[in-house]
Amino acid sequence: MTDALQRSPLHDEHVAHGATLVPFAGWEMPVRYSGDLAEHTAVRTAAGLFDLSHMGEISVRGADAAAFLEHALVGRLSAVKLWGAKYTMMCTPEGGVIDDLIVYRRDLDHFVIVANASNHATVIGELRERRNSFDVGIEDLSVETALIAVQGPAAERIVARMCHRGDDDIRAMRYYTFANIVLDGGIHAVAARTGYTGEDGLELFVSADDAAAVWRLALAQGEGDGLIPCGLAARDSLRLEAGMPLYGQELTRDTTPYEAGLGRIVVLGTAERPRGDFVGRDALVRAKADGPRKVLVGLAGEGRRAARAGYPVVDEDGAEVGRVTSGAPSPTLGHPIAMAYVPPALAEPGTTVAIDVRGRREPMTVVALPFYTRAS
Amino acid sequence: MASVPEELAYSAEHEWVAGDPDAGAVVTVGITSHAAQALGDIVYVEAPSVGDTVTAGEVCGELESTKAVSELYSPVSGTVTAVNEGLTSSPETINSDAYGDGWIFKVELSETADDLLDAEAYVATLA
Repeated sequence: MTDALQRSPLHDEHVAHGATLVPFAGWEMPVRYSGDLAEHTAVRTAAGLFDLSHMGEISVRGADAAAFLEHALVGRLSAVKLWGAKYTMMCTPEGGVIDDLIVYRRDLDHFVIVANASNHATVIGELRERRNSFDVGIEDLSVETALIAVQGPAAERIVARMCHRGDDDIRAMRYYTFANIVLDGGIHAVAARTGYTGEDGLELFVSADDAAAVWRLALAQGEGDGLIPCGLAARDSLRLEAGMPLYGQELTRDTTPYEAGLGRIVVLGTAERPRGDFVGRDALVRAKADGPRKVLVGLAGEGRRAARAGYPVVDEDGAEVGRVTSGAPSPTLGHPIAMAYVPPALAEPGTTVAIDVRGRREPMTVVALPFYTRAS
Repeated sequence: MASVPEELAYSAEHEWVAGDPDAGAVVTVGITSHAAQALGDIVYVEAPSVGDTVTAGEVCGELESTKAVSELYSPVSGTVTAVNEGLTSSPETINSDAYGDGWIFKVELSETADDLLDAEAYVATLA
């Protein structure tokens, strides 16, 4: 692949801040600014600023929008309230995960879907494939949309200060809701109380043309609270501590939502509250009845050597019985943590398993997810 | 651009060597600040033990950062005479002071280390 990498509208800001840029899902994005640990800690204790402009935004609008999304995705999207958001998934007809998504309801007939950068084109293609006779328009908003996240315990007051006249009621916004706001300088934004770090936080959807101004505004208003720009490395260690799955690691087309521990987001419908057919339904009904072949678990280690993605989970004879999907030394907890797929018999918290860490077996203990929960 | 001190010798695997390179001499080994920056925050160092024999160009330990794990190569051949115990509790010293308190181990050379790069040649490998 020699295709040129796409650049975020904030590219020049990243270069000016001395960020280390890496290729990520076809984009050139910052992996770190100052240091992974400092950025991770800033989000846990103060605030971090993330450029998520590589994420895909897709508008679905039309008289059948709600019915269409219920057909194309696994959740009950017609039940999402106006200005509410829902975590959901798109599955294959075989019940495997194509992508995990957040769906925002802007109006009775208008939704915006946020997809992972790596799956953005696939998700749009599948939506068009599944449109059939539904009366909806599907529009890719990714190029003109920048996504900037402010995450951490100080995020709410920083974003409140970023607002024009400070009169937007950010504080009243509950988790998984969103609102139109006006930022300092008259910049229009959509603020969503969503995130991928395990902390409170807001995600700001703005026009790509306004991205640099919003980025600088966040830095200026957040500096006093300890806000620093953060890269993908911190984002990954933060979401891992929070037990949040990542597409390509915990979630794949060979994995059902049930195996990933996310069966709650699949709505099959009941006699009292039926729902229509959806892509993957038959396979998911069977998957639920049969029980999982593998189970996603959290693992905690006592040593210093961390299990990493792809390392085998082995039995006493050294035979592979599972596989690590994500792993790192936890900056907050101070010991190695990992997520792995193991047979159901090994999934009970307290079970000891061994990971083959580059030829040496390291014991780890199955623990409940998430590893980290913020104090409320 | 990370610093590359003039007075040190280097390997293509991003280790630095301080001291006289003749057989029988004791040299100090660490990783360059370029390598430390590329690894990110180092959280664990597995160095060879005192008394171990190390061979130039061969793996003798590993460095683990929050993001990745990397093998540690010995740039010289000989016997390990000292290991930086301070890295056990403060591995991040490698990030903050790669050429000073972040040294990793010392080796009594069994043969003259004549394959090392000077600072200019090492910088050329980074281009």
